Amino acid sequence: MEEFTVIGKRISKVDAVDKATGRALYIQDFKLPGMLYGRILYSKYPHARIIKVDTEKAKALPGVVTILTGEDIPPIRLGVYKDNPPLKSGKVRSCRDEVAAVAALDPEIAKEAIDLIEVTYEALPAIFDPEEALKPEAPLVHEDHKTNVLKMPWNLHYGDVEAARLEAAFNVQERFTTTWVTHCCMGTSGAIADFDNSNNLTVYTNTQIPSLAQKDFQETLKALGVKDRRVRVIKPSIGGGFGSKLDTYAYEHLAILLAWHARRPVKILFEREEEFLATSPRQPTVTYISMGCDREGKLLYRDMSMVLDNGAYTSWGATTPSVMMMPITSLYRVPNVRYTAKCVYTNNTYCQAMRGYGNPQATFAIESAMDMLAEVAGIDRVEFRRINCNQPGDVTPQGLQITSCGMPECIDAVSESLDFGRAGEKGIGTGLASLIHVGGGARIYKSDGCGTIIKMDDYGKVDVFSGASDMGQGADTVIAQIVAEELGVKVEDIHVFHQDTDICPWDVGAHASRTTFVAGNSALGAARKIRLRLLAMASKATGVSEDKLVLKDRAFFAEGSPILPLPKLLRSSHFTPKGQMMMADNFYDPENENMGRDFRGNMSATYSFGTHGVRVKVDEATGKVEILDYIAAHDVGRAINPMLLDGQVHGGVLMGVGYALTEQVILENGRNMNPDFRDYKLLTAMDAIHSKPIVIETVDEKGPFGAKGIGEPGCVPTAPAIANAIYDAVGVRIRDLPITPEKVLAAIKKKKGAVSCGIDVFTQKEQPCE
Amino acid sequence: MNKQPLEITVNGESYSLAVEPNRTLLELLRDDLDLTGAKEGCGEGVCGGCTVLMDDKPVRSCLTLALEASGRHITTVEGLAQNGELDPLQQSFIDHGAVQCGFCTSGMLMAAKGLTLSKPDADNKEIRDAMSGHICRCTGYTKILEAVEAVVDRSKEKR
Repeated sequence: MEEFTVIGKRISKVDAVDKATGRALYIQDFKLPGMLYGRILYSKYPHARIIKVDTEKAKALPGVVTILTGEDIPPIRLGVYKDNPPLKSGKVRSCRDEVAAVAALDPEIAKEAIDLIEVTYEALPAIFDPEEALKPEAPLVHEDHKTNVLKMPWNLHYGDVEAARLEAAFNVQERFTTTWVTHCCMGTSGAIADFDNSNNLTVYTNTQIPSLAQKDFQETLKALGVKDRRVRVIKPSIGGGFGSKLDTYAYEHLAILLAWHARRPVKILFEREEEFLATSPRQPTVTYISMGCDREGKLLYRDMSMVLDNGAYTSWGATTPSVMMMPITSLYRVPNVRYTAKCVYTNNTYCQAMRGYGNPQATFAIESAMDMLAEVAGIDRVEFRRINCNQPGDVTPQGLQITSCGMPECIDAVSESLDFGRAGEKGIGTGLASLIHVGGGARIYKSDGCGTIIKMDDYGKVDVFSGASDMGQGADTVIAQIVAEELGVKVEDIHVFHQDTDICPWDVGAHASRTTFVAGNSALGAARKIRLRLLAMASKATGVSEDKLVLKDRAFFAEGSPILPLPKLLRSSHFTPKGQMMMADNFYDPENENMGRDFRGNMSATYSFGTHGVRVKVDEATGKVEILDYIAAHDVGRAINPMLLDGQVHGGVLMGVGYALTEQVILENGRNMNPDFRDYKLLTAMDAIHSKPIVIETVDEKGPFGAKGIGEPGCVPTAPAIANAIYDAVGVRIRDLPITPEKVLAAIKKKKGAVSCGIDVFTQKEQPCE
Repeated sequence: MNKQPLEITVNGESYSLAVEPNRTLLELLRDDLDLTGAKEGCGEGVCGGCTVLMDDKPVRSCLTLALEASGRHITTVEGLAQNGELDPLQQSFIDHGAVQCGFCTSGMLMAAKGLTLSKPDADNKEIRDAMSGHICRCTGYTKILEAVEAVVDRSKEKR
């Protein structure tokens, strides 16, 4: 076993003291001299023609500086499909459509001005069901697009699913749905835009993609006719990300446009209700799955199709099928797979990345169906998964190259910790589900790279300038640990800068659980360059050969004794004629592949695996589900910081439990009916479950010190594990998330043969069960 | 709106101020006194991010009018550390990994502080109760509860 001084240690997050003393500054806490406050007017209708926007009264209000409508701005199109202008003109397509924006001296005046803007609409027929939106008679959300189906075909077929279906001894088929859930970052969205006299732009914003945001903001400048100016993106401390900040949004571009017109800095800060109404939730899905196995329980095929409610505009939600393909083709060994997904415009809210990026939706269907198939085949659920388990060395039908793979160990660990035998006690049941996720970056863009610059000062203190983004997950700390280990210093000697594009190198963003792997390898490479130079210098200074020198604890050691303090060597390198500065840069881009036209390609340099097991108690009188035990085993390659790792797992699991049982953004005719924390049911400390993380270390050969990504996996298999446990407990299969007590109770009653499940409070009529 | 006089003590310092009657304690702290540790997560008293102590009892400063704090002693997260020494709760949050994005942290700390002041021998159920009005999206609450339990357990041992 290798001996590390910093790697593998439970080290506190490096900014924890600032955060625990109130010193850390979030966008909420930033104020620039002369700053104005911006506010956005949203549409009253899910689908309507804008006849007239009258801003005269608002303009007359003292303290109002600038008002913009869709007619006042140059053509700017946001998002991956370039279908979303920051202010709409002509037509609104969802209730969150931005119709006008105001900048005023204080937030109250801005609010009042918004209320004074008079918009005349002509309501249009709207469409809210994605399957209905596919029909030829459905209203078109974007007329010039000619169809509601996005021209983003997600189709793959490897092997021969139909032949395999004929061959299979056992088959299941089912329909599953998932709905909108939202990130609920505790810090709401906000941005400040500030131009200098030469039209260079600084944007303070909550983002997980500083370098790509810089490019988006540059596009907006270009639309304004401003060329060749600098765009600087500064990230304050971020009050939670979870994928919500992987795109730039209308409010950021509106802050820029308002600041441009007002010639003063403009801040737009969302209130909580606005955060619920105008940010993009997780992509909902309608999934049809069929799956079959042979007599021995070997999976023969998996056939899935999905309809995705894209909402009115397009962001990363529409590309979640690219990640869903991973579990669909590669969760367990399955030789024949087919998948097709259609993203369909509706007049609902548009969707975004959220922790797991489609994987939780796909895994809910796959792992629920795995239990159904095991039952049909008469094979024990755990054994069925062992039979089909991914193994090191596998190449999956999609071309994913499985290198390190701890899934067998994860299944073993969970089955050892949780008794999957029949519990006997009424209403108690167990369930399990596994996951595969990208663990070594994910080549979504042409680059999956990240840059690092490291410099050392006279005293052995180290500044690390990283492209990584920390939004609370601990990227700053993990990078500090990696560099400290390599340079033989302590974590407190290291300062990681990741907040400013003027200072920090390029990176594609904090997504795909890639930061520890990609930014970690980038930092490790930069530190290694410095280490080699330090060793050469130390050898020259001491006369001891490099291979006999050990750099640790801020000194060079020979034969176990310290012979040269590191700061002394650094000083001498500065205070010597023709001296040198200890500084290095490194750009790391992992050896992974873009997907080809057939969607084949090894998208990640390595993959993370995990298995969750859960024991639940279902109250048959109320349908309420209680979680008694929760085991989360994850193959993480190596735990660089077991404490932060536990934090990712605990947090991911509870987010997954919310996804499974309580959370939903309720949209009725495109309108958000629960835009607050009272009605959006987040779990609290009272609901906190005692989840037990189990860490499986497979020490991946490509990972920094062997580590793989773990940011997202914690919430991936949670919902199906719980759904499977509910089935085990009371024999009802819930196919639609969230699994509310109402759904469980209705299913229990239906199973018992009840024809009525009570009086509907709205219609006062008997309602059928399900 | 006519401003009204307000005598208030915040983190041990006395202030004589004039505030508008509709100004919330949170606005007073953040905007007038530059104490930005207390956070607005929802503005309607549900998330707990704005919690401060008023005469040692936790209150939602977003739902408390500044004038209601007249003559009272307010403690914010900035006032927890004494003479450069972190409060045991702050240290425990840091040591247990209870801080991730940190946006809920100050409210969580003030709720825990209120509990340990009023009930130093709280059991785990009471700790859960005290923390249950505070939303955290990062941690799953596990390490926050452990951090508070550790401080309460230590004070139990001492007595």
